[in-house]
Amino acid sequence: MFSRAQTILIPVISVALGLLIGAVVMIASGYNPIEGYAALLKGSLGDAFYIGETIRQITPYIFAGLAVAFAFRTGLFNIGVEGQLLVGWIASVWVGLAFDLPKIIHLPLAVAAGAIAGALWAFVPGILKARLRVHEVIVTIMMNYIALHLVNYLVRYVISDEQNTTDRVPESASLKSPFFEALTEFSTMHYGIFIALAGAIIYFIILEKTSTGFELRSVGFNQNASEYAGMNVNRNIVLSMVISGAFAGLGGAMEGLGTFGYGFIHGAFSGVGFDGIAVALLGGNIAIGVVLAAALFGILKQGALIMPLESGVPTELVEIVIAIIIFFVASSYIIAYLLQRFKKGAQ
Amino acid sequence: MDILSAIEILVKSMLFASAPLIFTALGGVFSERSGVVNIGLEGLMVIGAFSAVVFNITFASAFGASTPWVALLVAMGIGGLFSLIHAVASITFRADHVVSGVAINFLALGLGVYLVKAWYGAGQTDKIPEPLYYQKIPLLYDIPVIGPILFNNYVTSYLAIIVAFIAWYVLFKTPFGLRLRSVGEHPLAADTMGINVYKMRYLAVVISGVLGGLGGGVYAQTITQDFSASTITGQGFIALAAVIFGKWHPVGAMGAALFFGLAQSLAIIGSSFPLLADVPNWILLSAPYVLTILALAGFIGRADAPKAIGTSYIKGKR
Repeated sequence: MFSRAQTILIPVISVALGLLIGAVVMIASGYNPIEGYAALLKGSLGDAFYIGETIRQITPYIFAGLAVAFAFRTGLFNIGVEGQLLVGWIASVWVGLAFDLPKIIHLPLAVAAGAIAGALWAFVPGILKARLRVHEVIVTIMMNYIALHLVNYLVRYVISDEQNTTDRVPESASLKSPFFEALTEFSTMHYGIFIALAGAIIYFIILEKTSTGFELRSVGFNQNASEYAGMNVNRNIVLSMVISGAFAGLGGAMEGLGTFGYGFIHGAFSGVGFDGIAVALLGGNIAIGVVLAAALFGILKQGALIMPLESGVPTELVEIVIAIIIFFVASSYIIAYLLQRFKKGAQ
Repeated sequence: MDILSAIEILVKSMLFASAPLIFTALGGVFSERSGVVNIGLEGLMVIGAFSAVVFNITFASAFGASTPWVALLVAMGIGGLFSLIHAVASITFRADHVVSGVAINFLALGLGVYLVKAWYGAGQTDKIPEPLYYQKIPLLYDIPVIGPILFNNYVTSYLAIIVAFIAWYVLFKTPFGLRLRSVGEHPLAADTMGINVYKMRYLAVVISGVLGGLGGGVYAQTITQDFSASTITGQGFIALAAVIFGKWHPVGAMGAALFFGLAQSLAIIGSSFPLLADVPNWILLSAPYVLTILALAGFIGRADAPKAIGTSYIKGKR
């Protein structure tokens, strides 16, 4: 439907419009947008510490974006990344706390536990969709809340002794990186970014270089044609959700083993999973696009934290900007239409 | 605790917790019946809560005791306006309805908290000066036993139940309702019969905004009595669950919302009941969601969505 140039142009225009409208909001509420955006840049890329924090923020975004994007490519909308991320988080922390193993076994085991938990959580909507044609959007939303309440219960009564947080995972299951911490003036940057980038490469290989990926994408394009070609559509639907959930669970493991190093009771969702929808859309559901979009969102989110101090602009400005970006990317039809009109007008 | 006072607490907290859910779920019924998925109910509640609280704080001295009611009207108006964004994106710009709804949720929360910080200099407003109060209904309150239980509640709880029946009448007994539903089942056929598909869908989404705003306004002025990022945390999604569990029927949605309201209040006060004290509260908290999944899967009756739900109508395309 869209030309190659448009697939690049539409996200860029959407981001530009989002930032522009963000500036208008700042002016309308009496702030200086130049100061605001300067503070945002300083707070995300200004020095080594901020860069470290930004990279740490990008890590779960990459996974959340990959999770949403993977399901999208099979024609599924996984809005349950938030919940899958939470169960992945708590599973990895649980394994981290429950065993006493050498790091070379313990850390991979804990990370894998996160992926498996996320995959299991996404298996439910997958199998319901495949077997009973239940729409995955509603089921994944409901699963988010079940995850939230279940995880809070586990933290409070099962993993900890009626505490609001679990213990810290031991060194042998931790992604914490003294090297990066020293390099970035003791930011919370950890080794997770490498796992995330590896995840993006695995995403690319599965979807673009394997016959499984071909089938998954084929089902996304046209279920009937895929069925006719002899593919097992139901199996592919479940597989897509499971892999998507595994990516989400890994995102949770990054938070549980890296950023925080423990699990805690969530009053509400972290928002990383929902932001993943924006990351996937903006990144055009391809690996490199997701990484770039995750980088952008990481910069926005991290930079936002310093905005109130430096320029007085409330942190939530970035939420508004992200919402506007989602609107424009989702409404790409109208942007493409306007681009076409613009071109015709120029001739 | 004797049985009667236990029932009294349960009924009261059920009506108290479910009124906002009923309003919002009814909004969801209108939108989804016209074929527009509305994940943005949560955001519409947020914007309703925000508008009601800000209005209440700002104009309490001017309107006195009638402030919360005027604030509800304001919340309805602003909710309706806000939902236009969803309407434009999903109907005119052909955006994915779910994505647009997600954006509505982001925008509502972002804008609400941003403005609160910009105007009040803190992440949370003060308590509202004029909240809604329990009201005794004259005469009916004097009925022995059931009077004090059923007729000493928030007026908004009764309103919610009345509005549910009005919504049923509008959707199923008027030409307008027939048109609205036809647009959600088969927009092409409706268009052929001379129904303006776009107009009907716009109206339905705006109605959902008005009711969602009302739900948020009621929630903020009865339950939280202030506005912050954590005022509305998932109530919009419970309302969405009620829409589905109620099988896209106004009275069904109301029943589901009452039931979910009961489940929510049980999770909070259940520990004072001997039978429920041993049930982990995450099970009660999760009950609405689990039941909705079971309903969708066909284990509790079949829940079929309107046929054309989630699809953008493109005029002239077959």
